[in-house]
Amino acid sequence: MTSMEDLESLAARVPDGALLALAPEYSWVPMALIRALIRRRVKDLHLLTVPIGGLAADLLIGSGAVKTLESAAVSLGEAGPAPRFSEAVEGGALDMRDSTCPAIHTALQASEKGVDFMPLGGLVGSDLVDNRGDWKVVDDPLGRGGGPVVLLPAIKPDVAVFHSSRADTQGNVWIGRRRELVTMSHAAAATLVTVEAVEDRDFLDDEATAAGTLSGLYVTAIAVAIGGARPLGLTGHYERDGDHIRAYAEEAKTGDGFKRYLDREVFAETGAETGAETGAETGAETGAGS
Amino acid sequence: MSKAEKASAGEPAYAPEEFMICVMARLLEGLGHVSVGALSPIPGCAALLAREVSGAQEAGTEAASAGPGQGNNKRRGGPKVRQGQKTNPLRVSIIHGDANNPFTDGGREIFDCAGQGRIDAFFLGGAQIDGGANINLLGVGPYPKLEKRFPGSFGSAYMYFTVPNVILFAPEHSRRVLVERVDFISAPGTSPPGMRRPGGPKALVTGLCLMSFEAENKRFRLRSVHPGHTLEEIRDNTGFDFDLPDGAGEIVPETPEPEPERLEMLRSTIAAEIVKTYPGFAARVFQCRA
Repeated sequence: MTSMEDLESLAARVPDGALLALAPEYSWVPMALIRALIRRRVKDLHLLTVPIGGLAADLLIGSGAVKTLESAAVSLGEAGPAPRFSEAVEGGALDMRDSTCPAIHTALQASEKGVDFMPLGGLVGSDLVDNRGDWKVVDDPLGRGGGPVVLLPAIKPDVAVFHSSRADTQGNVWIGRRRELVTMSHAAAATLVTVEAVEDRDFLDDEATAAGTLSGLYVTAIAVAIGGARPLGLTGHYERDGDHIRAYAEEAKTGDGFKRYLDREVFAETGAETGAETGAETGAETGAGS
Repeated sequence: MSKAEKASAGEPAYAPEEFMICVMARLLEGLGHVSVGALSPIPGCAALLAREVSGAQEAGTEAASAGPGQGNNKRRGGPKVRQGQKTNPLRVSIIHGDANNPFTDGGREIFDCAGQGRIDAFFLGGAQIDGGANINLLGVGPYPKLEKRFPGSFGSAYMYFTVPNVILFAPEHSRRVLVERVDFISAPGTSPPGMRRPGGPKALVTGLCLMSFEAENKRFRLRSVHPGHTLEEIRDNTGFDFDLPDGAGEIVPETPEPEPERLEMLRSTIAAEIVKTYPGFAARVFQCRA
């Protein structure tokens, strides 16, 4: 059964050195959980962005939690480059596994199917391929005339994490059309989810909710974190806080500025986002994005 | 100074971004399905403008329905549309966010869709673009410890192979961007015979000119020079050799000015649409807020 617990115990379920899968900024990033991970000083993560990263990746990298990064791109979108990521790569501080979006999706699909690799078209001739010792270019083995094809080893995350508006008491989680969250969770050994609320019902009883549900079969543990995606957005609930992200992009250009951000937005948080009751009472909907 | 005042002072009555949008929109005429990727506000506006123009041109006819390999065919079997309902024969899909995003199967769907031949046009930028249309979205300097890191290759290494009309865009037309040889090939401009490659570069739109790309001889050909600029200026600011239009001598056509009715459409309808995906861009270029 899916375990219902609080944010800090969810964070304790991500061991140092874990291969951690994280969806892009439009796909319900569990920012409160990311901040809890930084507070517990998680380290040596192998971070996988599915397929691109943003603020969450930059925060984890800047706080020294990431040893290896597999990603198709990291950026703060309209706010510009991700400053801690850029500096870490330029300084050689990251074991960088540069990829391309469909390669990450495909490698996760291999894990979904329980096969060791999957082929993907295109890619041949990109320097990405030459720099990936774990990818292999082979001639079309079935002779269908497609020419060379790249084989990608399955990626099996230790932990996938995301945020959602709601779970039910059966451990099912609403994902709507954000189906990369499904792929990611199917592929991962464990999936940890933060939600705005837990509803006393079964999403699978109703066809309309069942179609947008990740079954509790794949969900290891759930914690309530109100405003848990802030300062990023949550479809239908709150918008991405553009001002916050722009201010971060500026402040985190220097190591000192980044440390100030962490002290203020991550470490200064007490119990505000660590539990449902506390969160509800203190109006923690504003989260760290205020 | 207002746009009208600028016009009377002899300055163009449009922003450089608006000019590029109008140039790119003309390249999309007659296509069935145009997709827009990450960090692409100018292409996003161009696609939405082309859609609006196609709707104005074909109001009341059958809607587009792009099937496998027939995205560019003339809309066989499209759904019948009620009399008087507005239709836009050009289909536009913008990933990131929910506005103008038709995909319901997660981040992988746009790539699967492209792999099936359902996307006719896509846009790619480049921190560097070279004379062979190789693009570099990853960084400058020797890999992996780059001198200057950019976000990453995104889905370019796949979309460049699968989408038949890739339009490259480079607002900054300089020797820094348009180089003799890219430092890192995120995606190659051409592939050797035997590689299945229905896709590739068709055009390059910069702040100074429009070029086409000819895969047979792996070279760009200048098509037109934007008003107020010269062939000499383009040569001075381009790091690679390119061909001139056949029989043009040194006289190269001028890129047409934006059509006034399209500029109007852009500043009203399209601005209100793109603000949902790119609020920062919409505020800066169109003074439009969500």
